[in-house]
Amino acid sequence: MTTDEARNLMRSVLRPIAPEANLDDVAPGETLQEALDLDSIDFLRFVTGLAQATGHDIPERDYETIATVDGCVAYLTSLT
Amino acid sequence: MPSLGADMESGTITHWLVHPGDVVHRGDIVAVVQTDKSDIEVEIFDSGTIEDIVVPEGQRVPVGTVLAHVASTKATPPPSPAGPGGPPTLETPAVAVPAIEVPAVEVPTTAPTPAPLAPQGAEHVSAPVGLVESPLVRHRAEQLGVDLSSLTGSGPGGALTRADVERAGAARAPKSAAPPSAPHRAPSSPFARRRAGELGVDLSLLTGSGPGGAIVERDVRDASRRPAPGEATPTGSVAPDQRRAMQRAIGALMARSKREIPHYYLSTTIDLTTATSWVERANLDRAITDRIVMAALLLRATARAVQRVPEMNGYYTDGAFSPRTAVHLGVGISQRGGGLIAPAIHDADSISLDELMRRLKDLVQRARTGVLRSSEMSDPTLTVTNLGDLGVDTVFGVIYPPQVAIVGFGRVREQPWVHDHVVDARPCVVATLSADHRVSDGMRGARFLTEIDHLLQRPEDL
Repeated sequence: MTTDEARNLMRSVLRPIAPEANLDDVAPGETLQEALDLDSIDFLRFVTGLAQATGHDIPERDYETIATVDGCVAYLTSLT
Repeated sequence: MPSLGADMESGTITHWLVHPGDVVHRGDIVAVVQTDKSDIEVEIFDSGTIEDIVVPEGQRVPVGTVLAHVASTKATPPPSPAGPGGPPTLETPAVAVPAIEVPAVEVPTTAPTPAPLAPQGAEHVSAPVGLVESPLVRHRAEQLGVDLSSLTGSGPGGALTRADVERAGAARAPKSAAPPSAPHRAPSSPFARRRAGELGVDLSLLTGSGPGGAIVERDVRDASRRPAPGEATPTGSVAPDQRRAMQRAIGALMARSKREIPHYYLSTTIDLTTATSWVERANLDRAITDRIVMAALLLRATARAVQRVPEMNGYYTDGAFSPRTAVHLGVGISQRGGGLIAPAIHDADSISLDELMRRLKDLVQRARTGVLRSSEMSDPTLTVTNLGDLGVDTVFGVIYPPQVAIVGFGRVREQPWVHDHVVDARPCVVATLSADHRVSDGMRGARFLTEIDHLLQRPEDL
C-alpha cells in the first residue's frame, strides 16, 4: 500500500465515525484521538475498520503505533 | 408523544412506520420522532391494531399528546408511554383527544419507491378499513401509480388493502435497477425502504448489517452519505440551529437540576493496574470485533455497585425517592458538532460484560450518527459520564432529574502511586460521584465509590 492509499483508507474509515474530521488538520505529533475528539469506542471502530479493510488483525499492542497520522500511515504501508 | 428525556417538551413526528389497520406488538417501532437532540425510534407500549393516526408527519406536538389510537388485543391496562420502568415524573396520562380523520401521509414521490417485499403476515390480518377504498389505500395507489379498478381486494368483504396495492405496485415497479445477478433481495425494514426512497438510494445495491443480513435504515443512510467520486463534503454533524436548540434544552434541564437538587460531591482515585492487565490479556484472544475497552469495565462496576448502595439508583419525585431494582445505566455520549445525550444501556448489572460492550458500541454509533429508541431515552436510572475521554483528570456531573446520582470517570493515565512504601507508576482513574442529598449522604456515597473500586480490583468477576 502506498502512502496515498494509506491516507485514503484512513479517511474512508474515519468518515462514518467523525464525518467532519480532516486528516490534514492533525499535527504530526498529535494523536488522532486528541485531534479529532475520538473516544475509546470511536478509536476501536477506527482500528476495526482498518483491520477489516486490510484483512490484517491489528493487535492491541499496535494501537500506540497507529495513534498518530504518520504512525498509522507507516503501519499500513508496512502491512502489504 | 412520549417523554424522551427529562429535558424534552415537544417532538416532531418525522415518519410513521405503521398505518391504520396494521397489527402491532409491544416493542415494535412505530414512528420516528425528532427532538431537539436526536431522531428517536418510538416503540409502542401495547399490542393491538392501529385504529387511526392522530398526529400527521411533520407536526410538532407537546409531550403527552395522543399520537394514534390502538385497539388493544388484550384487556391489560396500558402502561405509561415511558414504559413501566420509566421515571414517574415523566409519566403523562393519555390525553383524550377526539379521533380525527386520517391525514394523508406525506411521502416524497420524486424518488421511485422501492418495491416492497412480499406482504407480511400482519398485513393479511389487516382490520377492515371501513371503506372499499380507504383514503390511505387511494393515496398509496397514487404513489405507486397503481390503477385501483384493476385490482381484486383481499380484505374483508373484498375490500382493497394497502397490501393489495403494494403487491400490484411491486409487480409494475421497474426491474432494471436490480442487477441481473441478484435475483433475490436482502430483506429490508420498512423504515429503510422509506428512507431509501427519500434519499434516492438503490436498495438492491446495498449489503445489510441488520439481523439475517437485513437492510436497516442505517445502511441506507451510510450509503447516501458515501460521497460520489470527486465529492469531498462530509455530512452528518449536527446543524447549527439544532445545536442551539439542544444547548437550550440541556441548559434548562441543568438549571432545574441545580435549582432543585442539593448535590454533594465526592471523588477518589482508583488504581487500574489489575483491570488494565486483565483487559489486555482478555483482548489477546479476541477478534478485533469482540475486544473490550476499559470504559465497559467502568460502566459494569458502577452498575454492580448499586447492589450494595441501592439509593443511587432510581428517581426522586413528589418529595420521595423510589429505588429501582434494574439498573438502566445512562451513558453520556457527546455528539459530533456539539451536544450531549445520555441514552441507557438496559440491565447493565445483569447482562454479560461482552453484551454490555456490544450494546455500548451500538449505542455510541447510533447516538452519533443514527437513531435512538424511545425506551433508551426515557428510562435511565443512573448515569455515568466518561466517554468523552476529554483528556481531563476529573469530571463532576450534574444530576439528570429525576435521577439521584451521576458517576464521573476522568482519563485513565499513569500516575505515581504509593504501594508498600514504594512509589510506582500505575494506570489510575479519578472516579467521582455527584449525588442527591435528599436521598443519600456522604457516608453512603463514599461506600458507593469504594464499592466501585473494590469491583474494579476483581475484573474477572465483572
